[in-house]
Amino acid sequence: MLKILKYSFYDLMRSRWSYVYFMFYLLLGFVLLFLNNDVDKAVITLMNIIIVLTPLIGTIFGVMYYYNSKEFTELLLAQPINRNKIFMGQYLGISISLTLSLVLGLGIPFVLYGIFKSAAIFNFSLLLVVGAFLNFIFVALSYNIALSTENKIKGFGYAILMWLFLAVIYDGIFLISLVVFNSYPLDKFSLIATMFNPIDLSRILILLKLDISALLGYTGAVFRKFFGTNFGMLISMGVLVLWVVLPVLRMNLKLRKKDF
Amino acid sequence: MIEFKNLHKKFGKLVVLDGLDLEISKGGIFAILGPNGSGKTTLIKCLLGMVIPNKGEINFDKKSVLRQWAYRNNLNYLPQIANFPPNLTVIELINMVKNLRPKASNSEDLIELFGLKSFLDKKLGNLSGGTKQKVNIVLTFMFDSDLIVLDEPTNGLDPIALIHLKEIIQKEKEKGKTILITTHIMSFVDEVADEIVFLLDGKIYFKGTVDALKKQTNNDNLEHAIANLIAKQYA
Repeated sequence: MLKILKYSFYDLMRSRWSYVYFMFYLLLGFVLLFLNNDVDKAVITLMNIIIVLTPLIGTIFGVMYYYNSKEFTELLLAQPINRNKIFMGQYLGISISLTLSLVLGLGIPFVLYGIFKSAAIFNFSLLLVVGAFLNFIFVALSYNIALSTENKIKGFGYAILMWLFLAVIYDGIFLISLVVFNSYPLDKFSLIATMFNPIDLSRILILLKLDISALLGYTGAVFRKFFGTNFGMLISMGVLVLWVVLPVLRMNLKLRKKDF
Repeated sequence: MIEFKNLHKKFGKLVVLDGLDLEISKGGIFAILGPNGSGKTTLIKCLLGMVIPNKGEINFDKKSVLRQWAYRNNLNYLPQIANFPPNLTVIELINMVKNLRPKASNSEDLIELFGLKSFLDKKLGNLSGGTKQKVNIVLTFMFDSDLIVLDEPTNGLDPIALIHLKEIIQKEKEKGKTILITTHIMSFVDEVADEIVFLLDGKIYFKGTVDALKKQTNNDNLEHAIANLIAKQYA
């Protein structure tokens, strides 16, 4: 598996798009920090971008890599390697290279700016951890979609729809239901609904760490009570881990019956 | 050497293999023929573990291959479409496949033979279809395995490469290897194959030597003999 991982990783590291992605974060980091001159504000702006962009890029890279390397995967399948290991290697290769683009792209400007001397270091690391989780989650989800969909165009469409649903539509439904049922106690509902969407979960996790939860009003207080504690933090990290583990498990199950 | 027993495979409602039984003994060149969609590639992919049959058994050297993978170390496969990661160079790909298989290999002679030396540092994405097929052939023949499976090996090859390919196939046969070939080019079959396995409707319709087939269909020309077999399906 490590060999496959290595080759997928090198393959991606050499593609133009990894660099475009890396340069984008690098530029973004420099612009935000040196024009804004405020690390906290920069972290908030970055959060808004990361939370939408990493899932999108993870989804697109995942589906594209799967369909583009299909024939090559067939060559690997004919080699004496367990098929689960082939796909796990590819999955980890994509996720790690995307995470590296994110961490290096944002890390370099922040280190140059002097993040190690600033108090924002914890917020910043949380941002990177959440970004890494989102990469692993969305590459896994998109790989699941690609494995289940033979048709490239359809697979691409489903993957984008999944991203759109989790990044935009889910929030809409969530807000509407809060408005419609506002005469009922909604704190438990909103907590649970957040858990079912990795993007929302990440967003709230960061917002609460940034101490701007007062903006969230009453629900904010509920969230604060839950996520603000170490226990809440642990639970939400656990849920993020589940969001990685469950799609990966399904991938392995799917592979047992898949024809190539 | 290889045994297929009562093999069934359906893709949705389409029945591709329907209780196929086939035994292939060690040594010799076997051409797997049949009209389009008769299940040639599916049969090969079942053997490789890429397609999982609904029912039936496949044995390779008396051991079942279903859900196994280690047996593939004794098997070389040339896939129909050669499409490699475009960012790797030829030599990197060759080294990678060597790295993935724990066994001795000999790629230098093959690279020399197919004139790939000047392409070694080129990226695979920039190669023509025929050159990719040559790389594909090098990858297949550089290992010493008992079974060699070739799916449409002649695709896109120039005449010189084709001659070399035939030579390599003959050489491997002399070493006592078993070689399975699918192709639609009958002159190629006539030239290299010892035995013909003809698939129709997901079953073995004919298995025997080229001469036996010609005799059975009363036809001296292999192309017409095969056409004769296929025509029965349309009738």
